[in-house]
Amino acid sequence: MAKKESTFGSMLTTLSVVALISAGLLGSVYALTKEPIRLAELKKKNEAIESVISDFDNAPSEDYIKYGVDGDTVILYKATLNGEPAGTAVETFTNNGFSGYFKLMVGFDPLGNITDIAVISHSETPGLGDKMDAAKSDFHVQFMGKNPADFKLMVKKDKGDVDAITASTISSRAYCDAVQRAYDALVATGLVSNE
Amino acid sequence: MNQWKNFSKGLLKENAVFALVLGMCPTLGVTTSAVNGLGMGLATTFVLVMSNLVVSLVKNQIPDKVRIPAFIVIIATFVTVVELVMKAYVPSLFNALGLFIPLIVVNCVVLGRAEAFASKNNVLSSLIDGLGMGLGFALALTTLGAVREILGSGSIFGMSFIKGDGMLLFILPPGAFIALGYLFVLANKLKAKIA
Repeated sequence: MAKKESTFGSMLTTLSVVALISAGLLGSVYALTKEPIRLAELKKKNEAIESVISDFDNAPSEDYIKYGVDGDTVILYKATLNGEPAGTAVETFTNNGFSGYFKLMVGFDPLGNITDIAVISHSETPGLGDKMDAAKSDFHVQFMGKNPADFKLMVKKDKGDVDAITASTISSRAYCDAVQRAYDALVATGLVSNE
Repeated sequence: MNQWKNFSKGLLKENAVFALVLGMCPTLGVTTSAVNGLGMGLATTFVLVMSNLVVSLVKNQIPDKVRIPAFIVIIATFVTVVELVMKAYVPSLFNALGLFIPLIVVNCVVLGRAEAFASKNNVLSSLIDGLGMGLGFALALTTLGAVREILGSGSIFGMSFIKGDGMLLFILPPGAFIALGYLFVLANKLKAKIA
């Protein structure tokens, strides 16, 4: 078959046809994967909530408060057990990481004590800052059971109570910043009192 | 053309990474572990095979002057398909490769093969060329990922065989360049031996 001439009409029709077919294909793939993507993201969220709050029987991912702060949103997921509040999982963030933005899920019991902390997503340096991930080191353990009302969420270098990760002071500071933001949101939304 | 030769040239003799030195951005960026390298390699292989197939099918319908935009639309379509499918079914791998998946669109290997090979050869040759080139790329990325993972984290495909940390340097970007340099040497030695 001979190659098509490059005339205005042929170029226009060819590109239009190529773009139309692509759009059609993408549309159908999007429709097919929309539900699995939503489920995968929901599953990830639920796993993060489950990893920080131990005992609950509702679906916190459907019972949440959005709290806007510092140009972004902190999301508070309310967990209950037999109708009684069992704690709150707070999806929080910081902009101060070594590579900027990262997200944590912080669990609080009804009294405001930290139950556990999980890293949702980050891009900190592998081998240094990524030790904040519970799978990589025990950095998060020192927060468990502490109440930010009397546990100063700052690294010891800044006269706080937190042992920083060796060689990752910036990541550790950012981690504290994110946890503090979670606690502030918890107080601001009235889910725990600051007394 | 001998189809076996056509396939195997991508593995070593004209390997996208070791011989053509194309697609360096994903090569250096994602290969912090063997699994990441393999995932990126296979995603690129899929895009290469599909774009080579489609480009060789429609090559006579596309006027010369608009062939590059048409090829790019075709490639971008397949990349988006890969992105959506990965997001839906392998979210953890998608999180690790994240940013680099959309960048397959501008990977020189893909457009290079479409322009230099698929637009001049028949469907079968193009398909085999895409497969060989893609698998060669995957092989290079997996090898580099494995080397960096063994030296940097003391594990292979996620299975750890040492306690504690490895040589952190190899997980960090400079390690990618160092490891790649030595792999170049090895690949050139191997090539010289075979030729």
